[in-house]
Amino acid sequence: MNITLWGTRGSLPSAGPDTVRYGGNTSCVEVRSEDGTLVVLDAGTGIRRLNATVEPELKRVYILLTHLHMDHIQGFGFFGPLFRPDLEVHVFGPPSTTHDLRTRLTKYLSPPLFPVRLRDLPARLALHDVPLGGFEVDGLHVDCNLVTHPGPTVGYRLTERGRTLVYIPDHEPALGASHVPRSPQWTSGYDLAVGSDLLIHDSQYTMAEYAERAGWGHSAMQHAAAVAAMAGVKRLVTFHHDPTHSDDLLDNLVEELRGTSRLPFELTPGQEGMAFHLS
Amino acid sequence: MPQRDIEIILMRQLASYLIVPIFVVDTEGVMLFYNEPAEALLGRQFDEAGEMPMREWTTIFQPRDENNAPLPPDGLPLVIALRRRVPAQRRIRITGLDGVARHLEIVAFPLQGQGNRMLGAAAMFWEVDSKQ
Repeated sequence: MNITLWGTRGSLPSAGPDTVRYGGNTSCVEVRSEDGTLVVLDAGTGIRRLNATVEPELKRVYILLTHLHMDHIQGFGFFGPLFRPDLEVHVFGPPSTTHDLRTRLTKYLSPPLFPVRLRDLPARLALHDVPLGGFEVDGLHVDCNLVTHPGPTVGYRLTERGRTLVYIPDHEPALGASHVPRSPQWTSGYDLAVGSDLLIHDSQYTMAEYAERAGWGHSAMQHAAAVAAMAGVKRLVTFHHDPTHSDDLLDNLVEELRGTSRLPFELTPGQEGMAFHLS
Repeated sequence: MPQRDIEIILMRQLASYLIVPIFVVDTEGVMLFYNEPAEALLGRQFDEAGEMPMREWTTIFQPRDENNAPLPPDGLPLVIALRRRVPAQRRIRITGLDGVARHLEIVAFPLQGQGNRMLGAAAMFWEVDSKQ
């Protein structure tokens, strides 16, 4: 399985001289299975850069949305394959308790917010309310579960030949908890993350910022590290960086975390363009 | 040990912030959590009591109806909410584990998630005498 980060920023695209290394595009991760299956995790603005990697001969693409906040769908209409009539595009995402994925996604992908309607996209588009539990996308097994974040939000666990990628870009396991992590039973995201090779996890805030923004649905880097340690992951990739955080600040936060405790996993600050291989 | 459903985790977190006594059970009726205000009425801290199967919590508090007649499990609002998947309300009498008899008003409701997944049930309760 090959993984490439095309957008690592949270909340708002943040292009500028202070965000060159970590990147300013919002959440989008490319996953390629060994047989070439393309799975796109979220459709933030990073999806535009992914366009260039999609082969003309590809017949099918899977887009797995964690939720429908704007920073995770803003790039959807700019995904080139949606304009190829020969391509089958399967989009999975969480329904609400009263509306299916199509109804929810159409609220953004229709005028006046977007000029092209979903139904007018040339690709053969199939929208699926993501099933909680397991399902298959070609050669990959996907597990999906709800996680703590405002509105229906899921995380994904992708497995191929025993190697696992877990993607939880928006997640607040510390919400209402006196300490993090609590115990596996009472920690959001634990079942998804446990024993994974690579965990891409929300690390939006500093601890001081989290104290002022509890309930907004995100984690401090320390929370992500605590969940990763409890779940026994091999590598944690920090993700969904706050739009106000510069490259220098993010470097400092990572070094601070490395310095305060002996981490039982490899800590990798998520940067746009970064690639990983699991085999 | 597997993680609990997110709705149950959030229910516990919410309960831990409220001053209304709350009792949460899973689909089998196992009591998973009660909050600090409930501890005062049930007569034992949750950390001491731990999780409790339905057969235990439906009897250990000696539930009785308003006429002091023993109340079978099927008459308890939380059991009704769990088994019939409907809200239920009733006044009952119990004896806390501290030995004190109490008169409670109970409102119970099923916890059902997306896709009609049954997750358990919760009960909120008040001591009647303290409100009248």
